[in-house]
Amino acid sequence: MPETIIRAENLTKKYDDLLAVDGIDFEVFKGECCGFLGPNGAGKTTTIKMIHCVLPLTSGRLAVAGMSVSESPREIKKMIGVAPQEENLDPDFTVMTNLLVYARYFDIPKLEALKRAENLLKFSQLEEKRNVVIDQLSTGMKRRLILARALINEPQVLLLDEPTTGLDPQARHLIWDKVRSLKKQGVTIILTTHYMEEASELCDRTLIMDAGKIIEEGTPVDLIKKHAGEEVLELDYDEKVMSMLKEKFPDARLEVVGERIHVFTNQPHGVFASFLESFPTKSATVRGANLEDVFLKLTGRNLRE
Amino acid sequence: MTASHEREGFGLPKLTYRVWKVWRRNFDVFMKTFKVSFFPPLLEPIFYLAAMGAGLGALITQSIEGQSYIQFIAPALVAITIMYSSFFECTYGSFVRMYYQRTFDAIIATPISVEEVIAGEILWGATRSLIGGSIVLGVVAAFGLVTKPLITSPLFILVLPVAFFSGLMFSAIGICFTALAPNIDFFNYPQYLFITPMFLLSNTFFPLTLLHNLPLQIFSQAVLPLTHTVNLARWALFGSGDLSFALSIIWIAAVTVAFFVISINLMKRRLIR
Repeated sequence: MPETIIRAENLTKKYDDLLAVDGIDFEVFKGECCGFLGPNGAGKTTTIKMIHCVLPLTSGRLAVAGMSVSESPREIKKMIGVAPQEENLDPDFTVMTNLLVYARYFDIPKLEALKRAENLLKFSQLEEKRNVVIDQLSTGMKRRLILARALINEPQVLLLDEPTTGLDPQARHLIWDKVRSLKKQGVTIILTTHYMEEASELCDRTLIMDAGKIIEEGTPVDLIKKHAGEEVLELDYDEKVMSMLKEKFPDARLEVVGERIHVFTNQPHGVFASFLESFPTKSATVRGANLEDVFLKLTGRNLRE
Repeated sequence: MTASHEREGFGLPKLTYRVWKVWRRNFDVFMKTFKVSFFPPLLEPIFYLAAMGAGLGALITQSIEGQSYIQFIAPALVAITIMYSSFFECTYGSFVRMYYQRTFDAIIATPISVEEVIAGEILWGATRSLIGGSIVLGVVAAFGLVTKPLITSPLFILVLPVAFFSGLMFSAIGICFTALAPNIDFFNYPQYLFITPMFLLSNTFFPLTLLHNLPLQIFSQAVLPLTHTVNLARWALFGSGDLSFALSIIWIAAVTVAFFVISINLMKRRLIR
């Protein structure tokens, strides 16, 4: 059995008229990368903030390494690294000083802090930017520095709240590389993201949240298999085609998205190919099912904001 | 594990040595911008002493409690700087750190608590008063060499603890406004309705007794913190001799403790939701 490092039981956060987190139960295991997925307002960030002890719980229990977040916030915060969604680097300082001042908050002795900061600058590929003030960094560099800062206390648990939002593909892949290498070092990672590709790339396990509840949980591969099958057929909408598909794939889920039909089925690989051989259609494409299909199936296509 | 914990109620802050780490962060920023934070405050009291003390004072031949006009306003200038330094640090300065830079959010993700962050801000505000008060004290002393002595008591050095403790008071009051401020423009209210009246009506540029308005005098003594800082600064610089300075010390101590506790609780209410 894997060792549990975070355990939530009936975890609830209520604001005046909003139930942000609605009695959720979950576990995070040591050394895994666990993804919290969900549309805006699902309760992901609220959950993260309760884990790192800056938001009090309304009710329920939440323990990190066996310690209650309400009783031992300092001890827990010592062993957690946080890369928040909103950039909050210290604009009055340079890159290097940001790391050193942050180390001081953790009581890390000066010499040790210098050593760690050097290593983290190397790790985050910011060595050449050490004396640059925050204003002059690109978004990608800022995200890397936030990640480096979150590692200054050599945390056992790393919380990454939308670590790649707004980054270009190059910067995103660099962050992914860093996350993978941290996972290899045994750091437990909790990640929230809107990008299903990111979750598939990085997460061992994902929890899908919506409206304050966890609505599904599993490895990305299992979830895709369970909810979207192996392949998805997409083709232009037409009533005749629609009725033909219904006849041909009675068990399939047909979804009309704008002008296109999406066909999901539990049948094995290749089933659509043989269908298209007998009914060639120009507009048809067959693609592998992905986590985005799962996400949209479970949380719907309505806009949340 | 406890079952739950709701937002904590009003209470006395629990503080550790970590308060100093917050103070140190602000100190480091101040040292980086030393030139702009040090020299302009040096010039302002010189202008006031020249324009109001030497200039306007030349028209005023009547002595005020045995002092010339420039002697009367010199300790007030020290006190005003004490007020400005901490009040603005803990309103505009703290608001920028809290709201625009999210510095507080970054710090409370470490083992430092919200209460310690706010206590650190207040301590830093008081330090700004100490620095500002010292600068003006030096200017006043130097100016006195040219005109007539503006410091006659050997107790003048007590202006420094007066600066620090009054600074704590003005910082704590400032943090209360910051905790309630929906946006940065909100500070126009305390600036024009609280700071400016104090600047003018706290026995600063004329003794309030001149107005023969008893309610105003009582108001000034009872409600305006600057009155007491001015009183103490005047006592320290000239050893005025009466015992009202003791009353001012008690007044400042009581108000400081009260607002320290209130400010931290208001901030907790704002930041921990």
